[in-house]
Amino acid sequence: MNFDFTEEQQMVRDSIARFVQDDYDWDTRKAIVASDAGMSRDNWQLFAELGWLSIPFAEEHGGFGGNIVDLSVVMEELGKGLVVEPYFPTVVLFGGLIARAGSEAQQAEWLPRVIGGEMLGAFAYVERQSRFALHDCHTTATRSGDGYVLNGEKVVVFNGEQADHLVVLARTAGAQSDRDGLSLFVVDAAAAGVDKMCYPMMDGQRVANITFTDVMVSVDALLGEEGAALPVVDAVVDAAIIALASEAVGIMGVLNAKTLEYTKTREQFGVAISSYQALQHRMVDTMMAYEQSKSLLFKALCEYKQDPAMAAETIHALKVLIDRNAKHVFGEAIQLHGGMGMTDELDIGHYAKRLMMINTTFGDANYHRSRYIETTYAA
Amino acid sequence: MDTAYSAEDLAFRDEVRGFFEKAFTPEVMKRLRSSDYKEAIEDWQKKLYEQGWIAPNWPAEHGGTGWTATQKYIYETERSLAGIPSVVPFGLVMVANVIIAYGTDEQKSYFLPRILKSEDWWCQGYSEPGSGSDLASLKTKAERDGDDFIINGAKIWTTYAQYADWIFCLVRTDNSGKKQEGITFILVDMKTEGIKVNPIISIDNHHSLNEVEFNNVRVPAKNVVGEVGKGWTVAKALLAHERTGIAGVADVKRAVRVIKEVAAKEENGGQRLLDDPGFQQRLADIEVELMALEFTELRTLATQAAGGFPGPESSLLKIKGTELQQATQELLMEIAAYYQGVLPTDLDSNALGHEFATDARRSYMYGRAATIYGGSNEVQKNIIAKYVLGLE
Ligand SMILES: Cc1cc2nc3c(=O)[nH]c(=O)nc-3n(C[C@H](O)[C@H](O)[C@H](O)COP(=O)(O)OP(=O)(O)OC[C@H]3O[C@@H](n4cnc5c(N)ncnc54)[C@H](O)[C@@H]3O)c2cc1C
Ligand SMILES: Cc1cc2nc3c(=O)[nH]c(=O)nc-3n(C[C@H](O)[C@H](O)[C@H](O)COP(=O)(O)OP(=O)(O)OC[C@H]3O[C@@H](n4cnc5c(N)ncnc54)[C@H](O)[C@@H]3O)c2cc1C
Repeated sequence: MNFDFTEEQQMVRDSIARFVQDDYDWDTRKAIVASDAGMSRDNWQLFAELGWLSIPFAEEHGGFGGNIVDLSVVMEELGKGLVVEPYFPTVVLFGGLIARAGSEAQQAEWLPRVIGGEMLGAFAYVERQSRFALHDCHTTATRSGDGYVLNGEKVVVFNGEQADHLVVLARTAGAQSDRDGLSLFVVDAAAAGVDKMCYPMMDGQRVANITFTDVMVSVDALLGEEGAALPVVDAVVDAAIIALASEAVGIMGVLNAKTLEYTKTREQFGVAISSYQALQHRMVDTMMAYEQSKSLLFKALCEYKQDPAMAAETIHALKVLIDRNAKHVFGEAIQLHGGMGMTDELDIGHYAKRLMMINTTFGDANYHRSRYIETTYAA
Repeated sequence: MDTAYSAEDLAFRDEVRGFFEKAFTPEVMKRLRSSDYKEAIEDWQKKLYEQGWIAPNWPAEHGGTGWTATQKYIYETERSLAGIPSVVPFGLVMVANVIIAYGTDEQKSYFLPRILKSEDWWCQGYSEPGSGSDLASLKTKAERDGDDFIINGAKIWTTYAQYADWIFCLVRTDNSGKKQEGITFILVDMKTEGIKVNPIISIDNHHSLNEVEFNNVRVPAKNVVGEVGKGWTVAKALLAHERTGIAGVADVKRAVRVIKEVAAKEENGGQRLLDDPGFQQRLADIEVELMALEFTELRTLATQAAGGFPGPESSLLKIKGTELQQATQELLMEIAAYYQGVLPTDLDSNALGHEFATDARRSYMYGRAATIYGGSNEVQKNIIAKYVLGLE
């Protein structure tokens, strides 16, 4: 038994932490969020040079050959800095789907470009009616000549505004809620018939609703087997949930530390408010929420590393616990900061908003509690 | 032990309901949500004034309605079920009650009619950067100079100071005794030279909060309400009024109704969210607590009707009411799912997806403050511990 990080993992952690501390202070981040693009391409190049974009990919495609723990370390540290550059949509989702479903040729085509920071990607999967059911998919891809024609709409596509290429989940057969008949396609975001309505989210992300009107793609755009995309998507989403949980753990740690520090310096009634036992116990509770979240994350990491299929139940449980504990932690962080916690200027509320978006991405606690009950109580 | 409505009560309810249906048009509702908020709410309040219903809690001789406790309760319930916001409290609820109880005849005859007609916008200048929960430690100084006071210092978190014509302030007029002594309650014209309002944007991305600076602001001594140095007594009376208002029991009832409507339309892989057992249980938990709180509120109202003043029990209402508000806001956010994060832009929110999501986000984010303002919930628990349980 061993919960230590390797030397390499420690180095990646330190390198991101240093970047956040030296080059990503609160004002810099604010300026980036407010800029036209809502992200910094210079930072993206830097991430490529520092090797962060290569972490989860195989060495034969220029990757670092990292495992889920390596990815977790990156996400936790990026979370601490509330880094808005689209690591999650580009590397974890777009890159993850290519790496898992792509042919050798497709991997060789796309992964080096992701790793080199030459392109930004996104995964277009949510639809207006779908909520958290990934297979609830209206968007269609119809065989036509030696390619496919895509029609439909995807909403709240993370990084939809900046992405150069999209992986689109579309139906090649079956009815709206069938689990079979789904396929993945790589689509150029600038292709004819692709229209974007872009808007900002409260956590600093830029997203888009994207419509596809008779968008033509060649057979080479099909990622994986036609009609059999759901298991692939589920597997990538499992890794993505672990990645998001890691980010959430990073953020919770920051919120707890900042709140503890604030209560030690804020005085009311002539004493530091941290001297009130009523508040001390609350901070003990949020500390425990953080540690419990971390423990369950470690369990998911250990299982996933051994065999991704082993982690299925734990991943549902993780989403439930992170949702609950994140709400608890950011709720107390705001409350214990008093009026200050309500200001847009302070970072506390921004960390809270990111946690809220993490909670809803790929299903909230309510959704995963039901999935957990289904998978573990059924037999 | 009886809460059944009489025939007159039922007739009254129909009258109120009928008026709201007629007067509170979708147009009014839309304006209230727009950037035109100040004018919109003032116009709405003027309609209530014309109807004679603007100040149910004032004594009839000053323009109140003379309603029974039950009628007031009916009115408040109908208002929130119709989705109508409560009146801006700073003038009509807060400072008016203080002026009625402690003001001079001159103050009453000048300010009260203007407040009734929504001619002045008021704001509350209590909190300071160093004095939040420990309000009595406030430092903003008022020094006597002939017939005037000269005020120096700063207030913070002053809601809608940017709209205000008047601010009611707690200021320090004496430093020598206990900190609760030497505080004075004073009314200040916001146009007076030396006042500067600095905006504070809150986490709901709106501008309602401000910092208000006072640099040698000259205010006539006749604007003091109550006695000089006795402002703490005045202030505390007002806080109890503020707290009962914050509980918002009827508004939580309305929120539950909205949640049911929205959750009936939302589907998850073909199943209505409202039919999801996990979701149902959470909503039911809220409703159970809400049922009890409604009767806690009625008990408080009955005490008040019998001549009692809202006291420490208003703390209970505030704590439970704000917890329930936050619980309903959280549920609505969850229904919005991915859309909960959408910030308002020029794009039509209907074209984007969920129409209710932007409102849900805003009220959820702003709603975090309900457990902080009006005396935080921790401070309310300290009050209950001390004054109800007799603990020191
Ligand atoms: C089943 C059982 C087995 C036990 N076995 C042993 C044993 O084998 N050996 C042994 O030495 N003792 C034993 N104890 C005693 C145990 O350690 C004491 O009961 C415990 O330390 C609490 O002390 P007390 O009962 O005097 O309660 P008190 O200290 O009087 O506490 C009463 C309540 O006040 C709370 N409280 C007290 N101080 C604070 C504070 N500063 N802040 C917040 N809350 C506070 C407590 O949490 C408790 O709820 C046992 C007790 C039980 C119930
Ligand atoms: C949206 C909003 C609108 C507001 N509008 C107005 C307004 O119009 N006018 C106005 O005057 N003020 C207004 N306020 C200010 C509000 O009254 C204060 O924020 C509140 O009194 C808390 O003070 P503080 O922010 O300084 O927090 P602090 O007093 O610093 O409290 C920080 C934390 O410590 C806790 N705490 C403090 N003392 C104790 C204790 N003894 N025991 C246990 N816990 C304790 C608090 O509960 C809180 O969680 C508003 C605030 C907000 C957020």
